[in-house]
Amino acid sequence: MGDIIKGETGDWEIVIGLEIHAQVIAKSKLFSGASTEFGAMPNTQVSLVDAGMPGMLPVLNEVVVEQAVRTGLGLNSKINLHSVFARKNYFYPDLPTGYQISQFEDPIVGEGIIEIDMEDGTVKEIGITRLHLEQDAGKSIHDMHPSKSYIDLNRAGCALMEIVSEPDLRSAEEAVAYISKIRMILRYLGTCDGNMDEGSMRADVNISLRRVGTEKLGIRAEIKNVNSLKAVQQAIAFETRRQLAILEDGGEVKQETRLWDTTKMETRSMRSKEEAHDYRYFPDPDLLPLELDSEWVRQIKETLPELPDQKKERFVKDFGLSVYDASVLISERARADYFESVAKGRDAKLATNWVTNELLGALNKLSLTLDESPVSADQLGGLIDLISDDSISGKIAKDVFADMINSSKDASVIVEEKGLKQVTDTGAIEAIIDEVIAENPDNVESYRGGKDRLFGFFVGQTMKKSQGKANPVVVNEILKKKLDN
Amino acid sequence: MDQKTVARVAHLARLEISQEQQETLVGQLSSIIGFVEQLSEVNTDNVKPLASVVDAALPLRKDEVTDGQKKEAILANSPEQNEDFFVVTKIVE
Amino acid sequence: MTDLTKLTIADALTGLTNKDFTATELTQAHIDQAEVKKNLNVFITATPEKALAQASDSDARYQSGTAKALDGIPLGIKDLFCTNGTRTTAGSKILENFIPQYESSVTQKLVDDGSVFLGKTNLDEFAMGSSNTTSFFGNVINPWKSTANPSVDYVPGGSSGGSAAAVAAGIAMGATGTDTGGSIRQPASFCGIVGVKPTYGRCSRFGTIAFASSLDQAGVFARTVEDSAILLRSIAGHDVKDSTSVKMDVPDFASAITGDVKGLRIGIPKEYRMDGMPEEIQNIWNKGAEWLKAEGAEIVDISLPHTKYALAAYYIIAPAEASSNLSRYDGVRYGLRVDGDGIDETYSKTRGAGFGDEVKRRIMTGAYVLSAGYYDAYYIKAQKVRRLIRDDFTKAYEKCDVILTPTAPSGAFPIGENEDDPIKMYLNDIFTVPTSIAGLPGISIPAGLDKSGLPLGLQLIGKAWDEETLFKTADVIEKAACFETLGTTIKKVA
Repeated sequence: MGDIIKGETGDWEIVIGLEIHAQVIAKSKLFSGASTEFGAMPNTQVSLVDAGMPGMLPVLNEVVVEQAVRTGLGLNSKINLHSVFARKNYFYPDLPTGYQISQFEDPIVGEGIIEIDMEDGTVKEIGITRLHLEQDAGKSIHDMHPSKSYIDLNRAGCALMEIVSEPDLRSAEEAVAYISKIRMILRYLGTCDGNMDEGSMRADVNISLRRVGTEKLGIRAEIKNVNSLKAVQQAIAFETRRQLAILEDGGEVKQETRLWDTTKMETRSMRSKEEAHDYRYFPDPDLLPLELDSEWVRQIKETLPELPDQKKERFVKDFGLSVYDASVLISERARADYFESVAKGRDAKLATNWVTNELLGALNKLSLTLDESPVSADQLGGLIDLISDDSISGKIAKDVFADMINSSKDASVIVEEKGLKQVTDTGAIEAIIDEVIAENPDNVESYRGGKDRLFGFFVGQTMKKSQGKANPVVVNEILKKKLDN
Repeated sequence: MDQKTVARVAHLARLEISQEQQETLVGQLSSIIGFVEQLSEVNTDNVKPLASVVDAALPLRKDEVTDGQKKEAILANSPEQNEDFFVVTKIVE
Repeated sequence: MTDLTKLTIADALTGLTNKDFTATELTQAHIDQAEVKKNLNVFITATPEKALAQASDSDARYQSGTAKALDGIPLGIKDLFCTNGTRTTAGSKILENFIPQYESSVTQKLVDDGSVFLGKTNLDEFAMGSSNTTSFFGNVINPWKSTANPSVDYVPGGSSGGSAAAVAAGIAMGATGTDTGGSIRQPASFCGIVGVKPTYGRCSRFGTIAFASSLDQAGVFARTVEDSAILLRSIAGHDVKDSTSVKMDVPDFASAITGDVKGLRIGIPKEYRMDGMPEEIQNIWNKGAEWLKAEGAEIVDISLPHTKYALAAYYIIAPAEASSNLSRYDGVRYGLRVDGDGIDETYSKTRGAGFGDEVKRRIMTGAYVLSAGYYDAYYIKAQKVRRLIRDDFTKAYEKCDVILTPTAPSGAFPIGENEDDPIKMYLNDIFTVPTSIAGLPGISIPAGLDKSGLPLGLQLIGKAWDEETLFKTADVIEKAACFETLGTTIKKVA
């Protein structure tokens, strides 16, 4: 369900379409052999091609093509076996050739559909219009000199996938869910790292309002530089208010490009972009049409990993998890893999609980990622095994786990070293219980007199005497027998 | 083709053109456009555009880092010298 | 001692191998000739020191018996090929001080084959022109003089005017050129030498400053057909750095020159008989056909029905590509910068001051035909016509093996003529443009003189990748014409 905006003159609906720019994971750039690694010294990862030197020519990176196809397949989209690179012509200091090599009329990936998952558990289908490959621009740095801008071309020429959605989104929440879903799929596929703070995933938001009940789309504004999920939410909120005010006033929204200002928390018109809007696209004469082999595409399809939606479905079906638990576990591929490895051949409920609550909770506290976890999936599985075969109680297990987080030792080693193995030997437990009964004659009398609540007291005393190691089930059983006699 | 069009295209192409040159260009571009308009005589129904005469597949290169680490060469012809960056008049967004 | 500046490349290679003279002597002779003929303005940047250093290396290789295919041969390099450490200007003010930190693939091959670079030759700015008068570094003068007006300077043709004039004047033994719509063949015709534009994709475009990428092709100038075959072999070949270069074996072009054209079918396209074509052009064309017929070739009438539209298609496609290719000259990373108030004004001032009128005209034309609302009507239409023109040739080659036409509709014209009217200037390329549009190989061979004693060339157009037939046929015309490339008189036809 999208948001309905109550205006003074009636109800309005927000219509949002997104263009996501995702940097393709590859060692080298789209058309040159320079490295794509993040964070290098300025202008060190620049080839003569990237710098737009006279006479330099582009040569296409095969892995980038494969990544785009993989992504298209992961987004349930049509792969176009024939696609064309075109030049988008505009002037900007961080665009060295004066044109961006992109794809226009014939993108490598066509239409598709993905599902987004809303907080309330509902699922909504969002149309993908297209995915095309294009070059990234360099970086202009404005704050190093009072009257100059500095240009770093390290990023210039890195491969981007631009993923364009249909205007199917109806609220900021949906937009966020959509971006999160795309990011999750790309990460599963290994085609983009999805790090918005490093700029490897960025979004342009197209937004317009229309009166509820009308079909025709309103005039939209395109908001650029929306580089975090929070910014998406804020920018949509701001832009909705801005457009609503204009429309309610009987005015008309201008079709334009606007910039999200993260400090002022507002969008503002980018007049410079407006003037240069005639991009004069034409097929890049330095390149030929890209022709893919359908057999090659089929082979890529076969090597696709299980994607989040499939994985979630399987987790629910095979492990009997709730949709919520499954969603938490599949939100990252590494997490899902970790879980599966823990759950394999073990109690799924127990595995879920230990991964989602104990492990993720502990990592969160320590600000560690799953990759950095001091406890491996095998080790956590070992701990669960000790619980399952009654070697330790759930309570002791938590202590053992805390130790594992600190020491990275195997659970069995810790249990052995600290002598935490659960006592299930009925003789030993009987001896302890006999002691407890002998030490508390008054309470025994009261219990036998009808004070049932005192049973807990005897369990507690027994556990305390056994230093928590007595198997609580056995304790209960024997206590019951002895006290009731 | 009029002076307004010439001015618009000159801006698109980022070419400073004097008023006098603009007037000359109106005439010259009109005659060039007039000349190329003879193509409208040609029946091109069902003819596919030909962008390149090369009848081959687009070659692809391996994804290997083979270039870069040549900052000095990149910046060697820079109009405003700086050790690390290209430098331009401040860009105002 | 023989005049070293009058040798053919083939003879010079023999002389060097036989140690009749050294590469240093050969190079010095050409440097001296350049000094004598300085008024022709063939070089934008002469590099005599570099040439002598290369010649000395050559001599060492001849001494040690490790000489390479072109060792010691002094050449002119069109100033559109980027040369590592040597200024490369494209004839433009905007690149007046540009020193590439890289070598074009074509010049690298020539270096690898041991040749000597005398300097960077003059050209029309960014190769846009047919007279070499659009160069920021001044026009080039054709070494040929009219018998009627010996005091008048004539254009060498363009855009590779400096290369053509250098070879014609004995300043260089051969030279590189680039041909987008006739920029090698037309100046070769005007200067009375041989000029070859190979099949598109035969030579790498890497490191050659682009004019119109889908048409630009490197080629060579020489004074004989054999020499041009030797030079082309050196610069041809697939290059992984150019996605449009084609994986084709490079044959030994010179060995295709057998003198045998018996049974070869020579196509004469009727559409090249233009209204108002000077009679002397028609005559030289007829003569060419007769020479080949006399050697046993068969003359076949063919039709290239869309020829008349080639120039119009060309003047959409080439400027469109050029307008985009020249966007990189923005004053940010290299080249001229004229500061303005803000970045956009800096761009406009830089490009306004850096480009000459013809370049501006073509950028404007190109930006216009690509702009919103005109793309389909002009650009797409031109590409459709391009296909029809190419298909014309494909059909024609079912009936013939090679096509014979005049190279240009006239001989050289006086400097300053045709300047007022761009269309009139563009018409110089009327016979050469269709070949470029279709990506086919073409060669211009000097065949005779016009009424004022200026050279006229004949063009042969080959099938794609069949430069060998071009060289074989061109050689027969060359022998029949007995054209004295370095003189001002023509030998009587035997």
